[in-house]
Amino acid sequence: MSEWERSSTARVVAPARPRRLAKVPFVELADGRLQGVVSSGSDIARVYVSSVVAGSYAFACSTNNNRPCGGARGAYCNHIRALISEAVLQFGPERVARYLKAETGGDEGPSAQSIAHAMSSTRPPQGDAAAAAPVFSRFLRHLSYLELAPVTTPLPEMQWFPPTRAVA
Amino acid sequence: MVSADQGGGVMRADVLAERVEGLDEALAAVDGFDSALACGLLRPPAATAAGVTGLAQAVAGSPLAGRVAEAADKTVAGAGGEDHFVALAAARTALLGSVHDALIDQVAEVTGRTAREREVPQGGGLPVGNLHAAARSWLVDLARTGWRGIGHEAVAGVAPVVQAMLAEPRLRRPATLLDGFAVELAASCPGATLERVPVRRWADLWSRALLLTLPGTAEVPDAGVVTGRLLPLGVDLQEHAGAVQAQVHAVLEPVGGAAPRVVRASVSAPKPDSVVGAGLWQLLRPHMSLLAAAGEGRAMELTDMPVTVEGDLIWDDACARPGASADAFVTARVVLPTALDAATAPLDRHPARIAVPVFLEGYGVSEGDGVLTFFVGGHPLAVDVDRVPVASPLTAQAVAASGACIGLLRWDAGSYRLQPLAVEATVRKKPVALHAGGWAGGTADKVGAKGEKAATDAVTVLRERAGRLLRK
Ligand SMILES: [Zn+2]
Repeated sequence: MSEWERSSTARVVAPARPRRLAKVPFVELADGRLQGVVSSGSDIARVYVSSVVAGSYAFACSTNNNRPCGGARGAYCNHIRALISEAVLQFGPERVARYLKAETGGDEGPSAQSIAHAMSSTRPPQGDAAAAAPVFSRFLRHLSYLELAPVTTPLPEMQWFPPTRAVA
Repeated sequence: MVSADQGGGVMRADVLAERVEGLDEALAAVDGFDSALACGLLRPPAATAAGVTGLAQAVAGSPLAGRVAEAADKTVAGAGGEDHFVALAAARTALLGSVHDALIDQVAEVTGRTAREREVPQGGGLPVGNLHAAARSWLVDLARTGWRGIGHEAVAGVAPVVQAMLAEPRLRRPATLLDGFAVELAASCPGATLERVPVRRWADLWSRALLLTLPGTAEVPDAGVVTGRLLPLGVDLQEHAGAVQAQVHAVLEPVGGAAPRVVRASVSAPKPDSVVGAGLWQLLRPHMSLLAAAGEGRAMELTDMPVTVEGDLIWDDACARPGASADAFVTARVVLPTALDAATAPLDRHPARIAVPVFLEGYGVSEGDGVLTFFVGGHPLAVDVDRVPVASPLTAQAVAASGACIGLLRWDAGSYRLQPLAVEATVRKKPVALHAGGWAGGTADKVGAKGEKAATDAVTVLRERAGRLLRK
């Protein structure tokens, strides 16, 4: 076994990179999708739940009240493009491209633009909007973490989770 | 160079290179079982079945022997159930416990300090409920499929358990562990296409989580209260996507002249994954005044602060008030060598849990292939700069240029390493002390302040969104 395989504190997931959250407060690579929540530019109480499926690049975008996004008819809307850009900031372009199986080609390595282009140029199908509800509830759960009380009893388990300065 | 026999807290690095009796054999048995777990225990193929049997043989002389042998037999026959897996996890934990004990003896020789009594009684055993049972059944299913067999749906099954546990502060330990573990598993799905598996790490997290579902394992008995002067040595930060913990390592000088003792104070909080960098300090800062004191180089006066038998202060700001300024390097040079080290609770006897404060000076430094090594009395000791938090004035360059270092001695993947907590270095011909937790209480540094501002903005956005969407 390699040293990494024999390490109790091997780093498996790189921590999120800092980014501004106003436009896209939540983004994740989960359930085989890039998915997240995008703030509406016009209505402060409205958010869009947007997603792209890894491999097929099928996309979906709707409001938190389940109204379909007007921009996401036949092609990626601006919410989905913003989601891709912010995912690249948070997770790094390589991890996003790898997860989505986006073939960006070229020698320069993937970028938000090349990932979006690689996927949209395949004319991806409209995806299933049914994923919006669980994504939104994951976002709410994510927000609820801020409401949980800190504790001063020790958590010895956190010894297995050292920080890392390495980026994704 | 400072010679090794000078005493006064200079560590004996030569001891670290000595072979530990029985260590390789114990770890080989652990590795065998861990490989079986990677493939899944449902119907282990012959090669990995040997790993399960090997684990049982390795504990044949212990009180666990009978139960573990039976568990191994059933598991190899494809008929392993919950109780059997718990027995195997207990056997693995016992083996690593023996490795821990051997390493801690070695570390005591290195530091020259005395450990407080080794034996720590198990906790009282509060009843465990449905959440523990649900967590256990998720873990049992994971072990059946193995890391190579994980899929999104199976991994996501633990989310409701984590959410319910998080709401109950008493269950923060299993909740935080399961949350961090599940994030890694989810990011690694599907297991069938994984290039490599963190074999020992996931087996550690799995066995630990499984044992934490048993009554009493998550409780460390109180040892009353302490009063005296607390002298911070440094801050260790730990984080995963959903949680952060800061631990201040310190020396307590009890009133009445009793021997000083090495203690820790911890504060932790769940967090959204987008809260990082300075945002971690911001989450924790309001709940433990000690973070600011450690950052500023100040002692604190404690009155009747609760403490566990492991030397963990259960911090309460009401039991502490700011004291005089206290240089951590003076504490490390003068007080630390005379202090008693903390004891370790049964479940915490694991090599990954070793984090012993040490002080070094007069070492040589070499850098190569991105690895920093100190030569202490001519003996190499790897320096784990990666453990320094992102929001910190301590840099790899400063560590490399340092002449004295306060650190945590740790052990992982077969060797010791040093986690720097603070260094004395010469920057632009001036001597400076830089602390990993130097910004724990906030900072006026230009780069640091920029990070603070960005983190404040991020949390403001999240709180605004939470206020608008969460309570609908
Ligand atoms: Zn849209």
